[in-house]
Amino acid sequence: MTERERYEAVVVGAGPGGAAAAAVLARNDVETLVLERGVEAGSKNVSGGLLYAEESAPYAIDDLFSGFREAATERPVTDYYLHNLAGDRVETFDITDLHEHDTEWSDAVLRRKMDSWLAERVHELTRETGGGLLTGVRVNGLLREGGEIVGVTCDELDPIEADLVVAADGVNSELARDAGLMDWEEPEEWFQGVKAVVDMPEGAIDDRFGLDGDEGEAHLFSGDLFEDVRGGGFLYTNEGTLSIGTVFHLDSLVAEEAEPHELLDALLTHPLLARWLDDGYEELEYAAKLVPDSKKVAHPSPHEGRLVLVGDAAGQMQAQGPIIKGMNHAVTAGALAAEAFSEARSRNDPDAAGDLYERKLRDEGVMKKLCPPRYRAVRALAEHDPVTDVLDAVLESPVGRFGVRALGDRLETLYGSPFLSMMVPDTRTPYVTLPTVIAEELGERIGGENDVDPPDLADRIGDLTYDVDVGNPHIEVDDDSFAASGDAVTACPVSARDFGGGCYREETVRTNGDERTVVSLDTQPCVECGTCAVVADTDWEHPRGGKGVEFRQG
Amino acid sequence: MNMVVLTKGVPDFREGQVSFDEDGHLERGETPTVMNPNDEHALEAALQTKVRQGGTVSVMSMGPPGYGDVLREAMESVYADDLYLLSDREMAAADTWATAITIATALEEMEPSPDLVFAGFKTADGETGHTGPQTCWAYGMPIVTHVVSLEIDPDEERLRAKRLVEGDIEEIETVETSLPAFVVADPEFEPSYRRAEHRLRHRDLREETRERAADHEEHMTVWDHADLNLDPDYIGLDGSPTVVSSVDPIPKAPAEREATMVDPERDEEMRQVFEEMAPLAGGE
Repeated sequence: MTERERYEAVVVGAGPGGAAAAAVLARNDVETLVLERGVEAGSKNVSGGLLYAEESAPYAIDDLFSGFREAATERPVTDYYLHNLAGDRVETFDITDLHEHDTEWSDAVLRRKMDSWLAERVHELTRETGGGLLTGVRVNGLLREGGEIVGVTCDELDPIEADLVVAADGVNSELARDAGLMDWEEPEEWFQGVKAVVDMPEGAIDDRFGLDGDEGEAHLFSGDLFEDVRGGGFLYTNEGTLSIGTVFHLDSLVAEEAEPHELLDALLTHPLLARWLDDGYEELEYAAKLVPDSKKVAHPSPHEGRLVLVGDAAGQMQAQGPIIKGMNHAVTAGALAAEAFSEARSRNDPDAAGDLYERKLRDEGVMKKLCPPRYRAVRALAEHDPVTDVLDAVLESPVGRFGVRALGDRLETLYGSPFLSMMVPDTRTPYVTLPTVIAEELGERIGGENDVDPPDLADRIGDLTYDVDVGNPHIEVDDDSFAASGDAVTACPVSARDFGGGCYREETVRTNGDERTVVSLDTQPCVECGTCAVVADTDWEHPRGGKGVEFRQG
Repeated sequence: MNMVVLTKGVPDFREGQVSFDEDGHLERGETPTVMNPNDEHALEAALQTKVRQGGTVSVMSMGPPGYGDVLREAMESVYADDLYLLSDREMAAADTWATAITIATALEEMEPSPDLVFAGFKTADGETGHTGPQTCWAYGMPIVTHVVSLEIDPDEERLRAKRLVEGDIEEIETVETSLPAFVVADPEFEPSYRRAEHRLRHRDLREETRERAADHEEHMTVWDHADLNLDPDYIGLDGSPTVVSSVDPIPKAPAEREATMVDPERDEEMRQVFEEMAPLAGGE
């Protein structure tokens, strides 16, 4: 038997959090091995697509990787708008000031391009330490000895020991779950996003948005176009494509039995979008992702023994009102975790890294951004159904409508307030009722037809690239009764009622005169978002290294 | 560890590449030459050894000067350090015996002498499976055939291999031999890289090789019979004892059912196909 391999640090996942951790570790001469399960970094990653560098943050990604913005990002966001919609009435607020608050820069990104570029740099940096970056390797759990975490286990490699394990393995982190630090229990702790990357003809983005090559826009959409589902839509300009998507509270998606791809279509076919899209609509990629709601799940103490969690794995995704920031927090957290380990190591006490990391997250103000105390105060009052009902009733009454009219232009200023945005409660009031009333009272009718004909779900799945691990499904349904797992039929972004080509299907089984409604699963079209892990009763794992869906845009 | 992989250029028999004349003879000029597909497994076995134990890999082939592309392909897939082409009119039209004599002589000529020689399991054109074992016999070292996995102990200078008994996947034996040795990799050979350091080294080698393969001719040694001090009477066609008495085309298997050609662009014809198939789908 040959000796077990060991590295000082193993970083699991080559997204921005893992890349930042690895870069800082390598610069501190820590022998670092980075393991990424995709065929290439970025092939398993999806994000809405805005990356921020905050003025107040101790680390920004372009400090760690020079030339980053030139090589790996799309357009900067130079204008930011929020559209309140009610039918074909639209009231648009310019929230560029809010967007620019504490922002050094902000660029739209596509993850395949960005993460694969980062991974090349990370490999060069870590190789010098004796480690390096490997793709196609899935870490499937923690290696323990005498109950202590001492490394990782993998599908493709023999167990590896390490003094530090950085779990940067994303929203469905199997390491965080193995350690008991995160779970997949409550739908209200999660958002689900779906996104279409849309190809645009040469020059069309500049022409239709009125931009000049190095400018870009971000647009948010809220109001009644998604019926009562709490959430909203976004549109970001990339170099030659658009990222258009919708993000909803998962509990609301489940409660309304909404089909995510239909909500995306409602946005794509809204008359407002006709100014940017036409009948030449060409979708390059349909993708989906689960998004942790940091206000509820950001782990206050994201470490256990030698394991530290960074980014989505730790629930470090800030989505609050119009502010949506995830990747920047992952970068900061990754860098702080690495910094903590280097300091602990130089004091000959590497096991102290976790506590030091926790302290840095707090001292650098990261936790305050992820879980704003003001939100907690408002939540205690506002997130109760009776309160929401009263607020909604007042808002929709002549009194509320008068108030909205009276505030008029000042609403735009209020929406642009970083102070107020921290307090937006997770109820239908800010997501649905208020924007709808604003649009009804202040909005203008927009004319025109939207000629966009989005592809159906079968075509969207058909256009994705998969390397199916035949005979080795990565998800199993533990309880196939409709009561336990039926929510997945609608909530899964690649499944739908009366659609046979998706992951989850409702089936009626008749045995001995008995009739039972069950849920059946085919993992082939899976986009690995993790929704079903939360809303259904499943045994959920990622596919083996290199297997499953491969995003080309991300 | 000094390794040599033997490879051969063969006609590309894949559909769309290969062309035959009216009599069913291969049109060599119309058909591209590619590396013998089975040799890929020999290359994988050599690469696994290089990645795990270090050392150098040379690729050797006998054939016309135009084999450069085949050798380049081999260099890229095995991250080879250098290439050897045995090329000479006197060597042409050799049977397996004359080929084996020529290659064994070239192996003896190599400095330093090889610790491991790898070959694939028969070529796609000749299909004899003789050349490897005959070369080994002529050179004089132990041979292990039908190898599906391989471990080298460099300190003990020993090789341990799992091999298919009688080429049967159901029966596998483990054998050991001293080095130098000759290994014939079976198409079932599976390289195994269970350590991160091996995969990282693999990645380094790939990057190093990219440059080398771009000007592979710089790394190629061409030997003719004079370089190897071989008597032309014992190599090539003159040195080949095999007599091909006649060549018979393989008769076509008689068709039991009649085939109908259908144009997929024509709806009416596709409808007929559908109507023919529909009852089958119903389990009838």
